[in-house]
Amino acid sequence: MKHHAIIRIAAKFLIPPILLFALYVQFHGDFGPGGGFQAGVLFAVGFILYALMSGLSDAQHALPMSAVRICLASGVLIYAGVGVVCMVLGGRFLEYDVLAKDGHSGQHLGILLVELGVGITVFGVMVAVFYAFAGRSREADR
Amino acid sequence: MVALAIVRTHNLVAVVMLSGIYSLVSAALFVILDAVDVAFTEAAVGAGISTILMLGTLALVGTEEHVVVKHRVVPVLVVLVTGAVLVYGTVDMPPFGAPHNPVHEHVAPRYLAETPERIGIPNVVTAVLASYRGYDTMGEVTVVFTAGVGVLLLLGRRRRRRDDPK
Repeated sequence: MKHHAIIRIAAKFLIPPILLFALYVQFHGDFGPGGGFQAGVLFAVGFILYALMSGLSDAQHALPMSAVRICLASGVLIYAGVGVVCMVLGGRFLEYDVLAKDGHSGQHLGILLVELGVGITVFGVMVAVFYAFAGRSREADR
Repeated sequence: MVALAIVRTHNLVAVVMLSGIYSLVSAALFVILDAVDVAFTEAAVGAGISTILMLGTLALVGTEEHVVVKHRVVPVLVVLVTGAVLVYGTVDMPPFGAPHNPVHEHVAPRYLAETPERIGIPNVVTAVLASYRGYDTMGEVTVVFTAGVGVLLLLGRRRRRRDDPK
């Protein structure tokens, strides 16, 4: 798809808003529809669009597989880590009230962090699956 | 209708496109049912990512379905009987959308009443998902993670060449 100027330029215009919207969905999940799952998927779509536009090798140059693997694991780690921090601070597992001075901001912070973990893992999984499939087809072409 | 078209079509690219349309239609249905969060997920995951991944798969396996013309009576019977049993099961369900259905009188009123003062965020769906049901969501994330690891184990590595001794 490297030579289709229209597709390339359209994608170039689309990718930044997609990524920005993903971040909005991620951090606005407390107030409107959305949250980690959707944001992770949207962010991954932005990357996959880039990979479709400029080729898998460029995409893997921008975001190498090792980074994707780290994303994959660190999201779950953040989620469980928030739970453990709650326990250390004297609450129960995933009881966010103890994270800040009053319950509301503690809940807020906890939900934000947990959703961030969800988003990172979902993003990592989506990109990893796409890389796996796309890498396979390129090898099969050879 | 879309599902029927999927069954009847043999070109797999068309099938993938139709399933994307199916997802989009169900997302619209969820919006009508006031489930914006679910609709959002369905549109992003069902219509967006899965279509791309299915197209990626098609690039691997080819785009034409291997047509087998066989007319079996037993599978049709099984499907009909199962469907009839399921429909019979819905006869006892409470009327759709009635305010005194069990689902509306279990924990939902408590969540709706408590969320503003206990959690303090406007989106009750997020409050239920991340706070009241935090364990469930953690399980879901772990499932997603496990699925990703599984795909990586199956497909992520370089394929060894047949003639390669190693």
